[in-house]
Amino acid sequence: MTTALSIPLEHVFFLAIILFLIGAFGVLIRRNIIFMLLSLEIMMNACGLAFVAAGARWAEPDGQIMFMFILALAAAEVAVALGLVVQLARRFETLDIDRAEELNG
Amino acid sequence: MHLLWAIPALPLAGFLILLLTEGRLPRSVVSSIGAGSVGLAALLTGYVAWQVMSSDSAPFTSSSWTWMIVGEFNVSFRLFVDELSLVMVGVITGVGFLIHWYATGYMSEEEGYSRFFCYMNLFVFAMLMLVMGDNLLLLFLGWEGVGLCSYLLIGFFHKVPEFGYAARKAFVVTRVGDTFLIIALFLLFHQVGSLEIQQGLIFARENMSDASMMNTIICLLLLGGAVGKSAQVPLQTWLPDAMAGPTPVSALIHAATMVTAGVYLIARMQDYFMLSQTAMLCVAAVGLVTLFIASFTALVQSDIKRVLAYSTMSQIGYMFFALGVGAWSAGLFHLMTHAFFKALLFLASGSVILAMHHEQNMFKMGGLWKKLPIPFIAMLVGSAALVALPLTSGFFSKDAILLKAWKSDSEFATLFWVVAVIAAFLTSLYTVRMMVLTFFGKPQSEMHELKKESLWHPNRIRTVVPFGLLAVLSIAGGWMGFEFTSDLFGDKGVHAELHFDLIAFLTLGIPFAGIVVGYFVFASDLIDRRNLIKNKMSELLSKFWGNGWGFDWVYDTFVVKPFRFIAQTRLNRNDVVDLFFNLIKFLANLFHHILSMFQTGHVRWYAFTMLGGLLLVLLAVVWV
Repeated sequence: MTTALSIPLEHVFFLAIILFLIGAFGVLIRRNIIFMLLSLEIMMNACGLAFVAAGARWAEPDGQIMFMFILALAAAEVAVALGLVVQLARRFETLDIDRAEELNG
Repeated sequence: MHLLWAIPALPLAGFLILLLTEGRLPRSVVSSIGAGSVGLAALLTGYVAWQVMSSDSAPFTSSSWTWMIVGEFNVSFRLFVDELSLVMVGVITGVGFLIHWYATGYMSEEEGYSRFFCYMNLFVFAMLMLVMGDNLLLLFLGWEGVGLCSYLLIGFFHKVPEFGYAARKAFVVTRVGDTFLIIALFLLFHQVGSLEIQQGLIFARENMSDASMMNTIICLLLLGGAVGKSAQVPLQTWLPDAMAGPTPVSALIHAATMVTAGVYLIARMQDYFMLSQTAMLCVAAVGLVTLFIASFTALVQSDIKRVLAYSTMSQIGYMFFALGVGAWSAGLFHLMTHAFFKALLFLASGSVILAMHHEQNMFKMGGLWKKLPIPFIAMLVGSAALVALPLTSGFFSKDAILLKAWKSDSEFATLFWVVAVIAAFLTSLYTVRMMVLTFFGKPQSEMHELKKESLWHPNRIRTVVPFGLLAVLSIAGGWMGFEFTSDLFGDKGVHAELHFDLIAFLTLGIPFAGIVVGYFVFASDLIDRRNLIKNKMSELLSKFWGNGWGFDWVYDTFVVKPFRFIAQTRLNRNDVVDLFFNLIKFLANLFHHILSMFQTGHVRWYAFTMLGGLLLVLLAVVWV
C-alpha cells in the first residue's frame, strides 16, 4: 500500500524523542510543581505523536486508539495533580516541590 | 441406609452451638443441647448396632470425604464400624449420655455451665472419631482431641492454680506417650505405605513374619502411646491429679472412655501384636505392674476420688494384662463392664462430695448411709461389681481374664495369675475401706443442708435415673454383654465355665476373703488400728504407697528440676543458638536502614531513579 505521508517517519520519531527528553529534563530540574506537570504533559504528547505517526505509517487504527487512551490518562492525571497542587499550596504556602519532603525514611 | 456419620456429627453440632452462643443461652436450653445431642447419638448407636447385628454384612463403612492427599499419601474421613468399635461407641454415647444427664444437676450451681457442656460435647465427638476412624491419622486426630478436652476439663475450675497445674501435668505427661504413637505411625506408613487401618491389618496378616524386628518396635511404640493415654506405669502419674476436674468429667473421661483408648488401640492393632511375642509380654507386664502398684496405692489414700482414680488405673491394668495374655475379648468385656460400674462409683461419689461441701477427704465423712441412701445404694452396687462378687458384671469379666491367664501358654502364666489374684484381693480390701470410711462409723463433719429445690439433690430424677440405669448395667451388663463381646475376636473359649477345681474356687473366693479381712481391719474393733499404724515400718510403707510409689518424686528430681535448671541457668544465655537468632535480627535491622536511606521525600529524586531504572532495563533488553 502506498503512503500519503510526505514527512519521513524517522523525522517524526526524532521530534518525539526531543520532546520526550525536554519533558523528562523539565520534570527533573524544575522545582515548581506546575512546571513539572507541564513537563509531564509534554512527555505524554511526545508518546502520542510517536503512536500516531507509527499508526499512519502502517495504516493501522491502533496508533490513534492509543492516543485516545493517552488523552484520557492525561485528563485523569490533571484532575488528581491539580488537587495535589491545591493541597501543597495550602499546607506549605509554596509550589516548591522540594519543600514537601516530610515523608522520608 | 445407615446414619453412621450422624453419630459423631450430633455432639459436634452441640459443641458448635454452645461455642458460638458463648454462654448466652439459658441453662435449660444448654442442658437440652449438651445432654440431648449425646442422647440422640446414643439412640442412633442403638439403631446402627441393631443393623450390624441383624445383617451379616458387618463391618459398616460410611462414605468418605478426602482430608488430604500428598502424593501417594491419601487420608480420608471414612468411618468404620465393626463389633469392636461398636462396643466402644456404645459405651461412649450410652454411658456418656447418662453422665451428661447427671451433670445437668451436678454442675447446676457452678459458673461456666455452658462452657462445661461445650467441652463435654467436643470430647464425645473427638472420642467417637478415635474409635470410628478407619485411618490411623483420623484416630490420631481423635486421640489428640480427647487429650485437649481432658486438659480443658481438668482445669475447668480455672481460678484455682493447682487445678491448672494438674491440667498441664496431664497434658504434658500424655504428650510423651503421644510422641511414641506418632513415631509408630511414621514407621507403619514406611512399612505398609498407607495408614488405613484395615488395609494395614491385612498387610500384616499376609506379609509380615513373626520374627520381624520392625514389627516389634512398632508394637512397642504403640504400647508407649497406649500407656500414656491409659495411665499405665510409667506414665501413670497424671491420673490421680486429674481428679481436680468436676466429678462427671472424672466419670466420663478418666474412668469410662478416654483412659480406655489405649486398650482400644492395642485391640485394634491386634494383628500386629499377635506377631510379636515380646510386645505381647510387654503389654501383659505393663498391665500387671500397674495393677499391683495402683492397688497398693489405693489402699492408703484419703481422698475418695483418688481411691477411685487408682482403682481405675488398676482395672485398666487388668485390661492390658488380658490383652497381653491373649484374652482379647475378655479384656474388651472388662472395658465395657468397668465403664458401667466405675462411672456409677464416680457419680455416686460426686453426690457425696457435693453433699459434704466439696469435701473429698474420706476421714471427714462417715455415717452417711442413712442421710444419703441413694448414693449409698449406688456405691454399694458399684463396689460389688468392682470387687467382682458373683453374678455382677465385674465378676464375669474379671473371672474371664483370670481363667484365661491361668490357661495361657505363656511360661509366666502361673506368676501372672498369682499377681492378678493378689491384686483382686487388694481391690476388695480398698473398696471395703472406702465404703466403711465414707458411709459407716461416726459422722466426722457436718453435712451440707440438702434442699429439695437444688438440682443436684440426690433424690431428683436427673440423679436417680442415671444411677438406676448404671446400676442395672453394672449388675446385668455381665449377662447381656457376654455373647456380644466374645464374638469379637472369635475366641469362644473364655466363658467363665464353673468347673469346680481349685482355681475356679480361688477366683470365686478371693473377693469374699478380701471383704472379710477388710471388715476385720477397717470396721471391727477386734484389731486395734492405732497399733497397726504406729510402728515405723508401716508408717514408712504408707507414706511410700500414699505418694504413688515415688514416681512423682523421681520425675520431679530427674526430669523437671534438671530441665528447669538448664532453662534458667546463665550458661544458657547468649549461647550458640542465641547467636544465630541475633544474626537474623542484625541483618533485618541492617537492610531496614539501607532501604530507608532511599526514601528521602524528594519527588524529583524519585523521578530520576525511575528514569535511570527504566534506562537500565532498556539497555539490558537491547544488549542481552
